[in-house]
Amino acid sequence: MKFPMLLAALVVATAIAAAQTPAPATQPAPAGNAETGKKLYVSYGCWQCHGYEGQGGAAGPRLAPRPLPFAGFSRYVRRPTNQMPPYTAKVVPDADLEHIHAYLMSRPAPPAASTIPLLK
Amino acid sequence: MASKHSVDRRDFLKGAAVTGAAALVPGSVAAEPPQAAAQAPGGAPIAGREADPAVDVEVLTTDRPGGDFMVDILKSLNFEYIASNPGSSFRGIHESIINYGNNQAPEFLTCCHEESSVAMAHGYFKVEGKPMAVLCHGTVGLQHAAMAIYNAYCDRVPVYILAGNTLDATMRRPGVEWAHSVQDAASMVRDFVKWDDNPVSLPHFAESAVRAYKIAMTPPMMPVVVVIDGGLQEDPIPPEIASRLRVPRLTTATPPQGDSGAVAEAARLLVNAQNPVIVADRLARTPAGMTRLVELAEALQAPVIDQRGRMNFPSSHPLNQSASSGSLIANADVILGLELTDFWGTVSTFRDSLHRSSRSRIKPGTRLISITATDLFSKSNFQDFQRYPEVDVAMAADAEATLPALTEAVRRLVTDDRRRAFQERRARFEQARARERDAVRSEATLAWDASPISTARMAAEIWAQIRNEDWSLVSESGNSSGWAFRLWEFNRHYQHLGDSGGAGVGYGAPAAVGGALANRKYGRLSVNIQGDGDLLYAPGVLWTAAHHRIPLLTVMHNNRAYHQEIMHIQRMANRHQRGITRWNIGTTIDDPNVDFAKVAQGLGVYAEGPIVNARDLGPALQRALAVVKKGEPALVDVVTQPR
Repeated sequence: MKFPMLLAALVVATAIAAAQTPAPATQPAPAGNAETGKKLYVSYGCWQCHGYEGQGGAAGPRLAPRPLPFAGFSRYVRRPTNQMPPYTAKVVPDADLEHIHAYLMSRPAPPAASTIPLLK
Repeated sequence: MASKHSVDRRDFLKGAAVTGAAALVPGSVAAEPPQAAAQAPGGAPIAGREADPAVDVEVLTTDRPGGDFMVDILKSLNFEYIASNPGSSFRGIHESIINYGNNQAPEFLTCCHEESSVAMAHGYFKVEGKPMAVLCHGTVGLQHAAMAIYNAYCDRVPVYILAGNTLDATMRRPGVEWAHSVQDAASMVRDFVKWDDNPVSLPHFAESAVRAYKIAMTPPMMPVVVVIDGGLQEDPIPPEIASRLRVPRLTTATPPQGDSGAVAEAARLLVNAQNPVIVADRLARTPAGMTRLVELAEALQAPVIDQRGRMNFPSSHPLNQSASSGSLIANADVILGLELTDFWGTVSTFRDSLHRSSRSRIKPGTRLISITATDLFSKSNFQDFQRYPEVDVAMAADAEATLPALTEAVRRLVTDDRRRAFQERRARFEQARARERDAVRSEATLAWDASPISTARMAAEIWAQIRNEDWSLVSESGNSSGWAFRLWEFNRHYQHLGDSGGAGVGYGAPAAVGGALANRKYGRLSVNIQGDGDLLYAPGVLWTAAHHRIPLLTVMHNNRAYHQEIMHIQRMANRHQRGITRWNIGTTIDDPNVDFAKVAQGLGVYAEGPIVNARDLGPALQRALAVVKKGEPALVDVVTQPR
């Protein structure tokens, strides 16, 4: 059954989404470049579970818009605690991770559901 | 074909003619061996050289072949259709079906692959509630069918398979017929069918055919195989046999209910529980299963988690709390599992990391109740039975048949105090359901205008076109993050058919065609969300849909990959840390991209695409829907986000 897999993903999604609050105003801006980050997001395969826009899905939680602050984001990517495979510094250098975070930060907020006729 | 006096395949099958055909054909050329016969130790003559029966006494026609009687049996079993990729090992019954049987009940369905035939029967059953017959060619056809048979076996779906074969080696045509013949035809699939037989006479066929139907339809339902010998199909019905041919009466078995003591204990646990949870997987064999689950859930005002092996529970019902399954399971004190594929997996987590680990998701002391017909019938080789679940009450019974007794037992135990507590529980779940509905719509806005098109957008666009129709989601392959189930309102049993059972890719398209065929006579709009990798297994089924005028809207969830495998390769690459950017090798379906619209058009199906811009999707769906409403299949190829 596909359901347990979806279930597991949603458990992860719930856990991470709970931590996805807007970044505090005092947090330093990411040093990364969003355009570079977009390319890395694709080449490293982040989209496979999280979608090209970081919107999330059955296999992985939403990453954007409003991603985790970089410190927490980096910590989870390096040593994930659930189904996500680890992305160590050996395969994704810190600088690349900053670019990816910058890409996620750059994703615009979606329209409100109330403004989309198909979702009313 | 020409038959020969005295010696035929029937005689062989009956165990006669073992001393050599020539000895039994008086006056034949072969009966006069060119050299003197030797004497065997037992005294039987040994022909100097084996010879085939004579050719000078041929009868070239017959007006009553055995295949006609086989059709009589099939008609008595009320098959609407018989699906097949044609094969010479069943040419006898094929001709009987179309001429003697007038190609009605069963009607022959022309398929392009036996895997399609069986998967069509799989989808058909889940709408119609009765089996479709399938004809498989000797050896090669049954092997082609094997994967789809395994899916049906895992999904507890009856498929009625007739497999051609020519057992009498002396009657086989030289060449291909030998390669397409086998000693024990059903052995190829015996590990994953419920029953099989190899009848050696027409009366034997009659009993086995009816017995096979009864066994297939007794929970747990599964595929069955009846081997039909070429000689039995093609040769005249012998006079001495004709007088005792009869059609056995079919009486299907009543599905087994749970033991009354176990039902009472389950009711007591459920009524006294503070946080009971009902989990349903392959529960609703029929529409009654859905109604009965609603009755039980409302008697307890208990939340239901629908694992969607069948259409078990209305998606808009306030007690449908499937989206909160994690927290519900974790906080439950009693969990009732109804026909669960994997009870252990329901109450446990498993981490797919270098060191695999698992842990329980439930609180200590949580009581588990299982009702499943699967406990009545198990096989050992194929491991679809999952981890062993340690439950407190195990009813080896059909859950749908057991629910009325369980609900009645629950009602008898409910006191006024418990009823008040139940109503408070119901109110909490109504509020949770409303919050979840808003959250789902908010989540659907993410990547709303993205290209590739988001799976949420695709589901919303389809829903906008079908929501006012009498629709049926006949298949959903390729994993689109469950958006259809989150955004659409599923309230009827035929609106969702579950999945393949065995996760054998290639099920989606043919199962959709089979489901759509069953829906056709009810005038329902059949919709299929179709994974690209799945369709590439046997796309010829689109031609079958066009040929037989089966109305079906297929919307491609085309992520241009075997995406599940991409993620597996990525996981391995991450684990091994020697490069994580080559996940595409061996997993993607691009370079070149498959033009599914052209594929479909080439198979006679109206098609549009590839659609890459979300705003083009709605109009394309409208045009395709207009074709479907005229009674034909149509396909829209949507290039999508991965999940």
